[in-house]
Formats: sequence, structure tokens, C-alpha cells
Amino acid sequence: MAAVQGGLVDAVEKKDIKTEPSEDSGGNNNANDGRLLSPPPGSSASAPGGNKPPAGAPEDQQTLLAVLQFLRKNNLAESVEILRREAGLPEDALDLKAGDSAGAGSGGAGGTVDLEGEDASSLLSRVTVSSSAAAQAPTKGRTGLLPTKAVEDQPDVNVVLSAYSQQGDPALYGVYYSGLKRFIESVLDCHRAELSQVFYPLFVHMYLELVYNNHENEAKVFFEKFSGDQECYYEDDLRVLSSLTKKEHMRGNETLLDFRTSKFVLRISRDSYQLLKRHLQERQNNQIWNIIQEHLYIDIFDGMPRSKSQIDAMSGSLAGEAKREANKAKVYYGLLKEPEIELPLDDEDEEAENEEGKPKKKKPKKDSMGSKSKKQDPNAPSQTRIPLPELKDSDKLDKIMYMKEATKRIRLGPDNLPSICFYSFLNAYQGLTAVDFTDDSSLIAGGFADSTVRVWSVTPKKLRKVKSAADLNLIDKESDDVLERIMDEKTASESKILYGHSGPVYGISFSPDRNYLLTCSEDGTIRLWSLQTFTCLVGYKGHNYPVWDTQFSPHGYYFISGGHDRVARLWATDHYQPLRMFSGHLADITSTRFHPNSNYVVTGSSDRTIRLWDVLTGNCVRIFTGHKGPIHALAFSPNGKFLASGATDGRVLLWDIGHGLMIGELKGHTDTIYSLKFSRDGEILASGSMDNTVRLWDATKAFDDLETDDFTAATGHIHLQDNSQELLLGTYMSKSTPVIHLHFTRRNLLLAAGAYNP
Amino acid sequence: MAEERRPKQCTVVLPTESMKAMAESIGVGQLQEESCVALSEEVSYRIKEIAQDALKFMHHGKRRKLTTNDIDNALKLKNVEPLYGFQSQEFIPFRFASGGGRELHFYEEKEVDLSDIINTPLPRVPLDVSLKAPKEQQKVESTEPLKVVKPGQEEDGTVQGKGQGATAADGKGKEKGLIRLKPRSTHELSVEQQLYYKEITEACVGSCEAKRAEALQSIATDPGLYQMLPRFSTFISEGVRVNVVQNNLALLIYLMRMVKALMDNPTLYLEKYLHELIPAVVTCIVSKQLCLRPDVDNHWALRDFAARLMAQSCKTFSTTTNNIQSRITKTFTKSWLDEKTQWTTRYGCIAGLAELGADVIKTLILPRLTVEGARIKAVMEGPVVSNIDKIGADHVQSLLLKHCASVIAKIRPQPDNVEQYRIDYGYLGPMLCSHVMKARTQAALQAQQVNRTTLTITQPRPTLTVSQSGLSGSAGPRTPSIIKVPSSLTLMSPRPGTPSQPSPPATKYIVMATSAGPASTQQVITLSSSQSASPVTSTVPSATSTLQPLVKLESGSGPGLTGSRPMQKYIVVSLPSSASSSLENKSSVLPTSISSTPIEAGMKLDRSESPGASTQSPH
Repeated sequence: MAAVQGGLVDAVEKKDIKTEPSEDSGGNNNANDGRLLSPPPGSSASAPGGNKPPAGAPEDQQTLLAVLQFLRKNNLAESVEILRREAGLPEDALDLKAGDSAGAGSGGAGGTVDLEGEDASSLLSRVTVSSSAAAQAPTKGRTGLLPTKAVEDQPDVNVVLSAYSQQGDPALYGVYYSGLKRFIESVLDCHRAELSQVFYPLFVHMYLELVYNNHENEAKVFFEKFSGDQECYYEDDLRVLSSLTKKEHMRGNETLLDFRTSKFVLRISRDSYQLLKRHLQERQNNQIWNIIQEHLYIDIFDGMPRSKSQIDAMSGSLAGEAKREANKAKVYYGLLKEPEIELPLDDEDEEAENEEGKPKKKKPKKDSMGSKSKKQDPNAPSQTRIPLPELKDSDKLDKIMYMKEATKRIRLGPDNLPSICFYSFLNAYQGLTAVDFTDDSSLIAGGFADSTVRVWSVTPKKLRKVKSAADLNLIDKESDDVLERIMDEKTASESKILYGHSGPVYGISFSPDRNYLLTCSEDGTIRLWSLQTFTCLVGYKGHNYPVWDTQFSPHGYYFISGGHDRVARLWATDHYQPLRMFSGHLADITSTRFHPNSNYVVTGSSDRTIRLWDVLTGNCVRIFTGHKGPIHALAFSPNGKFLASGATDGRVLLWDIGHGLMIGELKGHTDTIYSLKFSRDGEILASGSMDNTVRLWDATKAFDDLETDDFTAATGHIHLQDNSQELLLGTYMSKSTPVIHLHFTRRNLLLAAGAYNP
Repeated sequence: MAEERRPKQCTVVLPTESMKAMAESIGVGQLQEESCVALSEEVSYRIKEIAQDALKFMHHGKRRKLTTNDIDNALKLKNVEPLYGFQSQEFIPFRFASGGGRELHFYEEKEVDLSDIINTPLPRVPLDVSLKAPKEQQKVESTEPLKVVKPGQEEDGTVQGKGQGATAADGKGKEKGLIRLKPRSTHELSVEQQLYYKEITEACVGSCEAKRAEALQSIATDPGLYQMLPRFSTFISEGVRVNVVQNNLALLIYLMRMVKALMDNPTLYLEKYLHELIPAVVTCIVSKQLCLRPDVDNHWALRDFAARLMAQSCKTFSTTTNNIQSRITKTFTKSWLDEKTQWTTRYGCIAGLAELGADVIKTLILPRLTVEGARIKAVMEGPVVSNIDKIGADHVQSLLLKHCASVIAKIRPQPDNVEQYRIDYGYLGPMLCSHVMKARTQAALQAQQVNRTTLTITQPRPTLTVSQSGLSGSAGPRTPSIIKVPSSLTLMSPRPGTPSQPSPPATKYIVMATSAGPASTQQVITLSSSQSASPVTSTVPSATSTLQPLVKLESGSGPGLTGSRPMQKYIVVSLPSSASSSLENKSSVLPTSISSTPIEAGMKLDRSESPGASTQSPH
């Protein structure tokens, strides 16, 4: 909970975290500032280093310099002299070194003139580092300053990078690393898997240190030697790293910034951690220890060390696993109470339609609905937690239609799979990039790479525009069929094209009342189109970079968008500026979805994490890690309890929102999953992929298995059984049509859509 | 993990020569080596960065191929001006040139004459995007466009489940294989279908008229009968053969009504089975004797009905390749012209011809009216011959009057002079005259007679009335467009000369029957079978040998290890225990019908399954 409150709390929390390891080490590092500043004299951490031969490691020299600096600051001139003489340092060494180390920190040339000020600025810079890191790492409702914009602020970047300015013998990095590797390989099996997690962040940070300090060749050697050891799911990041070989490259590289601004989070059991710490202290391996202290966040838990498969299931994100604290906040995942709608019209209809049976059935059903609505779901947010639009008459009619359709719904299950109807887009040479169906499956809209948006009617009812204003003046407004009269018959056609975007249309979403269509594009705008006039109503500008996805709230009015600028924005259709900005992702937001109760939104990102945001407060309430590629598909189960996500790695992961846990992994697809959808009753999960298949999964079983499992929500260390094959109910292949969108009709017929790819 | 691959990643850098070449292209001469190295590293890094961004656009564009647009978008992302107007027909548009120790790659830009571009015809406008979905998406069966192409094992279960649900049959597993395969040529019947077949055939020839009406209705409307069609066809043709011999008029009528029902079913394609059905129908038209008591029983109604069926099938199935109509016409004419033809056959021939339409009547029947009139006169007014002949002549006379009157009414100018008629048409002239006058008054009503499909056979002498009320409601008038004859009638067209064609046996049959004169019908069948069977040398031996047990089975001896369903059916229905003599004939007849037809496959399959037909080998 604290993790999401804001900068102030973050800082406090950070302090707590920092103190944890220091307590363990028995006062080795006795305070935060002890580590932030250069180690003070007498500190046990640096004292052994000082006793070593002066010819030894350069960091000893650096320690000495730091001590000298400290002494000089305190005007202990004599001690300075003595120490310098004893260490055999030249007169100017201190000045040079100090200037070097501090200069980077302050961003200026830096000199030795005002040591007091120098140190203060250094301290300041360090503090800014930590606070900015803290501000980035756990999420907060920070608005305004975007990480990418931060790139342009040179001082800020320098501050960030200056953390790498520590010096060490570049040749020894490899030795340190392989030493640690040998150690970890020699420990007991149960600890090895956990400690192996350290490899990747260590490798990255050591490499970056080498690059930052201009040891280009050493960096290359280091990379070549050890990059092969890393887990294969980090391959994408390694590719980025490999191209980065110069200090100049580091400025402006977003991936690098991600590494710096956020601490890599590891979850390690206390035993394993002690083991690692003892080893590093015995070996005097300060280089590695410093990295662990500065760039890693080690989330220590008590209990059994995790197994390799458990770790693999959760890792893979750009910044390690989610902190346990991040997923502790309460989430009201229950559904909102359905508004009670009197159905006077409905009863007549039903009776007219089928004389008997129905009215009888209707009564108890109504009662049950009534009782359900009286009993408030304890997990549901209050009805007015966020203001929702009033239901219009037409909405009520639609709700009635929905309920009628729902009574005719086919009950799906493993023995009763849905039929799939595939809508193929032919001749879509310009590239189909997004598809959406209306909830009642009457309209289908496609976004294309040539910036057009097309809307089709898939029912015999054609699409008609409203008449022009002049013609509208002529019609009789009092007549009963005025809604029919305002339509222009001449414009009736099966499809309409909407022009307006100036780049590929990546996201598309119908409003629940079918009056509006929302599209987002590479041009950085989100456009709202009227499906009455087939014109653009609003262009929402805010994202300066491509917008990858957008979606209407299930209750209309609000919508969410996310794009390359790593910020998800919540909008209301009648505001041209966003109501909320959700920042925290470390890379592009690739997919956005609304929770069925409209109180939460979920975003999937290229940083391979999924975040759940509270619409009311703007806080991040869940961080899910485990995917090994950018997340392109998200779907909430109809009851709001679960989330399914699909990524470029071809896996579908299932999440329990209430507990903040991964509860399932569905393997089978061989390419990016672009579409996920639960059936209307939540019994079947359908996934559509670039590999031209639709797969159906037994969602009921996947979630049932969980409930019988005896996992402990506290640790969150779920052991996933590999039962994808049992859960897979069917694979349906198209010849050459990637599945871009899936939709269950109200009667549970599955509609799929994609462009035929000759 | 991929250790051998990774190390390459960080070492790929553009060669410094490229830097030099590029520098020269923008006019920078002597570039220092260090600058080149620095530049190439920087450029390589930037290119990699852009490529990685371009990948994002590819992913969001839902493609597997990186396009130049992706690169452009990635450049835009970095605030770099995208490359405008770079396009190439070729994959790599660079050319290589070397000389003076230098190696160069360059982009070949040809000079283009503007007038060429203006004058070349515009390429075709590409088709617009369209949305395609299976037509009847709400129907469960047709919503499976995906399922047709799916490979692999795991889907089988689901498809079968689907199929079961869709067919609404209570398939319990055996059906699965059948539905999944949907074989075109195998005629393996499921247990349900066997039951259905049994019920239907029993009802069709049983005693309960209500049941029969239901059964015929089912045959005429059920869309899923195509698998049973060969059996129905065999059932009918065999039934006719036997019942002609036995003079069982009622059964013949029932069988003809089955033919009618089959023809009325819009989902069945009968042309493959005409070789069996047409002989049966023709038999019912022209057979010398169709009932035990020719003087009392109304076999005329059957002849009329069958003639109408014949006409209908001629209309529906006759094409230029199979020439059904002209062959049938020839057959009828030939036997009608024969002096020795009996009145019954004569009646059938005339009826068959008359039903074919006004043109046929005009060209074939009207010129013969005088001759025929003389013949009738000889019987009616001459010395007393058998009562049967008299009745026959009487029927022929009324038939001729009925059909000819309407045609004459159309082609002959108004004043109907009795004398003139007598001169033109001889004995029948006066009667014809009065009929014509009557016909003129109700021309409209009569004109439709030819085309009528819902059939009510009512005879002046009400001895037997066959009424198809059960069918008339549902079948409705059948337009030829419902059953379209496919342009390729493979059964007949590829081998027009082979004597194993279905129609010739029928032709022969008529000829032999008429020439044989007083011979019994039993002989007729024998003749016809031997005629057609003899040329089919290749297939007959095997067919007969395999079919031998069939005869045994039919004669009731039981242990038949083979035997198709229809055959067994046939015994149940139409064979009283006495018919052993005719069976031998039949055994030799069968091969002719089997050998040349697609049924063969079906038969063999049937034989391959065990007698109980309970185990069906999935294919």
C-alpha cells in the first residue's frame, strides 16, 4: 500500500529497505548515508581494504582518497598529510580524483577549490539519484514529467549515470564475475536457482560500468564472455545492450535509463541471501557488493528457497520481479450492481413471442436478480466509487435486449465448444492493424495501416448517415418515427470509411452504446468518431508518440489509451485533456483494457510487466511479472476476478487479481498472441495468434485447480503445474490468416477476425 | 544457451570503407581513419537502434515482415526525417562497381521518360478491402470454416463432437468416423440410416396407406438421403422386375410412387441411377401384362402414371449427351409400329409418347391416327375377339382422343367439320371432332395436363384409384431448375458405345417383349438380361461370382456371408416363398446393372462389411 502513495512515503520505505541488509551484516554499513557517502574512516567495510598493500586494487586507492577527502573536509590537515605520506600518494592525486568523481556528479567541470561545496553537491546528486530512482521504481501518480522527456534534461541523465562512475580495474570485472559464478555453481542446489537470479542484473550493471568508464574493449570482451550465460528470455535486452559500446550512446538510450532509474528487483530467501553476503564479504568482493547495494533491490523472504521453475515463471521482466509490497493493496474486483430496469415492455414481448413457459421462467429469474443486487458483493467497489454516466433510455433498451439474448445463450464447456465464425478481410494489402466488434456483434470495424478506418455492418441493416442540418430542419420532430426519419436513406451502404488519421491505426474500440468509435494511431492522436454521422468528433492529443491501444470503458464515457511514451492516460469523452495519467511502465504500453467494473484499468507493456491501476486514485495496485515478451493481449474474466494476458512469447498467463498471483500458464501458441477473450460465462478462454490459430482453453478448470491448490497468498510462490495440454480444448487453424481479434456474441458464438495474407 | 550465436551481436559494425564512400558522396574528401572508425561505430549503433524501434511497429502492425514504412515510423520516433520516395522493385537495388582499387555499391537510378509514364495504360485498380464470412453464420454446421483445414490430432475430438451436435442424430460414436470423412463414393450406411431405410421401404410397400403417405413424404423432402439413393434405386428396379413377373399391380404402383417421390426430392441427383430407374418405369408403361386379371384391374392408371414419370424424367435429365428423350421416343415408336404389339403395350407406347408433349403428338401420333383408327375399328366392329382386346382397343381410343384433341384444337383452324375430320383421321374422325370442340372450350385447362406433377390418377372406370394426396401438399409443382442436370453426365457420356449403358438393356427389353409375342414375362427378363450382359465380359464374371451367394440368401437358405442391405430388404418386401424360378434370372440380371455403375464401389463396400452391418470399418 505504501508503495503507491507517493514520493514521500517511498523515501521512507526506501530507508527501511536499505536498513535491512545493514542489520544483517551486523553493523558493517551502519547507516544509509554511510553508503551514500564514501565510507567514513573506521568503518569496518573499508578498513580491511586500507590494510592491503597499496599496490593492490584501485578501489583501495579510491578509499584512501575518500578518507583523505573526509579528513580535509573536517579541516584535519595534519592527518591528511600523514595519511598521504603513508599511502605514498602524490600531492595532486586527491585533487584529480576528487574532481573526477565529483565532477560527473555535479555535471560541471568541477574543481578542488571548494571541497565543502563539492562534497555537498555530490551528496545532493546522490540523494537526487536515489529519490528519482524511488520515484520511478514503485509507481506513483506522478503526472507531467515523462521519462522520455527526462532524457532531454541533461543534468538529470548525468546524475543518473554518475552512479557508474566508481572506478575499478576493468580487467578484474571478468574475474569477479566468474568468481561469483563459480561460487554460485558450487552452492547447494536449493540455493543455486535463487542465487542465479543475480547473474543477469550483475552482468548488465558491470557491463554498463565498463562502458561508462570508457573501457570499451574490456566491455566487449566481458559481454562476449558472459552474455551466453544469461537466461534466453533476456535476449532482447541483451541485443540492445550489445549495440551500446560507448559512453556517448548511454545518453538517450531508453533501455539503459530503465536499468538505471529502477532497481532490479529480486526475491531471494533469507538463507540464500546470507550465503551470498558471506561469500562476498569473505572475498572482499566490494565491486559486486556495491552493485548489489546500489542497483539491486533484494526482496528477502523467510522460508523455503524457490525452485528454478518457480523463479522462471515469475522472472523475465525488464526490472525483475514485482516487489511483494506492490501487490498488497486491496483491489475491488467484484462487479458493479446491475442497474435495476423495469421491464414492462419486456413482459409483453416475451408473452407475445412464446405463449407459455417463458413467463413462468421469467419470474424466478427476476427474483434471483433482485436478490443478487440486494446482496452487495464484498469485493465490489461501491456503486459511486467513480462517477459513471447515467443510463439513457436507449441503454436500457439495449440492456433488455442483452438480457433476452442471454437467456438464449449456449452454455459452453469442454463438451460443448463454441462454433467459430471467421471474418476474413480480403484484399487488405495495406495491412489490417486492429479490429473490434460491437457488443451485440452487429458492427465490425477495422483499422488499417494506410490510416483509414472502415466500419462494416454484418447484419442486413445497412449503415446510414444522419441527414444534413438543412434537411433535418424539414422533418416533423413530433412524429413517432423521428429517429427513423433523421436517417438519410441515400447513404445506406454496407460499409463506411473514416478518414482522419495520418498514420497506421493501431487501436480501435466501439462505445458500448454503438454511437461512437474510438481509434488511436501512430500519429499520436486518439480520435472519436460518430457512428451516426460517420465523421470525426474529437481528436484527443496528449500522447506525442504512437498510441498503441485504446479502449472504451464498459460503461462508456471513459476510455484508456497507452502508447510509446510509456504513460497510460484515462480520458473522458467530453474532456480534451486526460483525467488521469498512469506512469510507471519502463517501456511502451502495448495493450490497455478496462476492468468490467470500470474502476480499474490494466496495461501491458514492452517491459514485460502488466500493471493494474486504480482509476480513482491513479495508483498502481498490481504489478504482474512473468511474461518474457511484450504483452499484446489482455482480457478480464467476466466476473472480474481473473486476468489473462498474452505476449509475443506465445504464452497465455492467468492471474488472480485479488491475490495478485500468477495462477496459470497456457502454452501452445507458437507466435505472438494478439487476441484473448473469455466466453460470456467465463468458461472458455479463446486465444488468437499470429500463428494463424484460434485455441480454446478450459478456463473453468484452470481456475478451479487453483482453488483446490494450497498455495499461500502470503509468499506468492505459486507452483504452476504444466497442464496446458489438458486445458487445451481445441486448436483451429486458418490457412493464412492471423487472428487479430476475437469476440463472443451474446449467445456465445465465437467470432474471429483477421486479414487474409496471401 | 545459444552461446555460439550471441558473441556476434556486439561485433557487427559497418566497414570503414562505407563511411569513406558515403563521405565522398557528399563531397568530403580525405576522411581520416580514426574518424571513419568512430563514425562507423556511431552509425552502426544508430542503425541498430532504429531497427529495434522498427520492430515495434512491425509487431503492432501485426505482421511478420519488416517494411520500409516501419523504418520510416521509427525514424519519425527519433525525430529524424523519414526517407521519402525510396522504393524499389527489387529486393536489393544496389549495384556493384569496382575500378582503380576501389569497390563501390551504388543505387542505380534509370532515367525515365515522362511521356512514357503518361502514355502507359494505368494499371488495374486494386480491389477494395472486403469482409468475408461464411454465409449462414447462425447455423451451427456452417460456422466452421476453420475446422475444415485443421491438422493434427487433438482437434479430432472436438470436430466430432461438433458434428454430432449438428446432425442431431443420436450418434454414439460409430457415427463419428462417418461424419468426419464424408466420403463421396462410399455408401456405407450408419445404423440409423439402415433403420430408416428399413422402415421407409417397408412402409412404401406395406399395407397401411397412411404410413405409406408418410414414407413417401419423407423420401420427397428429406435432404439427407443421397447415401441411400443407390439402395432405393436398386430396390425399385428389382421390385419392378419381380412384381411384373408376379403381376402384382399394387406393388408396382407403390414402387412407381417411390420413383415419383425420389424425383420430387430436390436434394437428390438421380441421373446416376437412371439406368436402373428408367427400365423399371418403362416396364410399367409398356409391359404386356401388369396384373392378374387384365380385364378387371385398372393397370391403365399405372401406365398413365408411369408415362408421366417418364416424361418428367425426360424433361429433367435429357441432355444432348445422353439423349434420353429421343431414345425413349424411338423405343416407343418402334414397338407401337409393330403390327403384333398387343393392345396393352400399344396403349403404353401411345401414353408414353403423348406425355412427352404436344410436339411429339403432332409429329408422331397424329399421322398414325388413321391407321390406328382402322385397327380399333377392326376390333370394335369386327368379329368377336377376346374381351381383353376389346377393352384394350377402347382404352387406346379414349387415350388417343384425349391427347390428340387438345393438340388438334391448337393446330387446326376453327370450323370443325365432322366430314373433314373423317377424311383426315378416318374412323376416329367424328369422335375427334367432338372432342376438339370440347377441347377448344376448355383449352386452358387441358394445356396444363402435360406439366402437371402432383398426380391424381383417376380413371373413368373407378376400379382402382391411386391418389397421392400425401405428396401433393409438400412437393408442389416442380420446376426443372430445382434439379439441374449437371453438364457432365459422366455415367453416360464418356463411353457412348459400350453396351453396358443403362438404357440399351431397356430398349432391347421392349423389342424382345414385343417380338416374343405370347411369351411370358419371365422370358422377357431373361432375354433382356442376356442381351445386355453378354458384352460386358470384363466385369461380369467377378460380379456374378461374388453375387452368387446373394441368390442363395434370397432363396431363404440363410447363411449368406455377403449380401447388401437392399437385397435383403427386397426379400422381405416382395418375395413370397414361391419365387425361386425368377430368382435365377435375377442373379444373371444383376451384374449388368452393377458392373457399369458407380454403385459397384458401394456394393463392394457392402460386401466387405459383415452381414450384420454393425461393424463399420472407418476409412
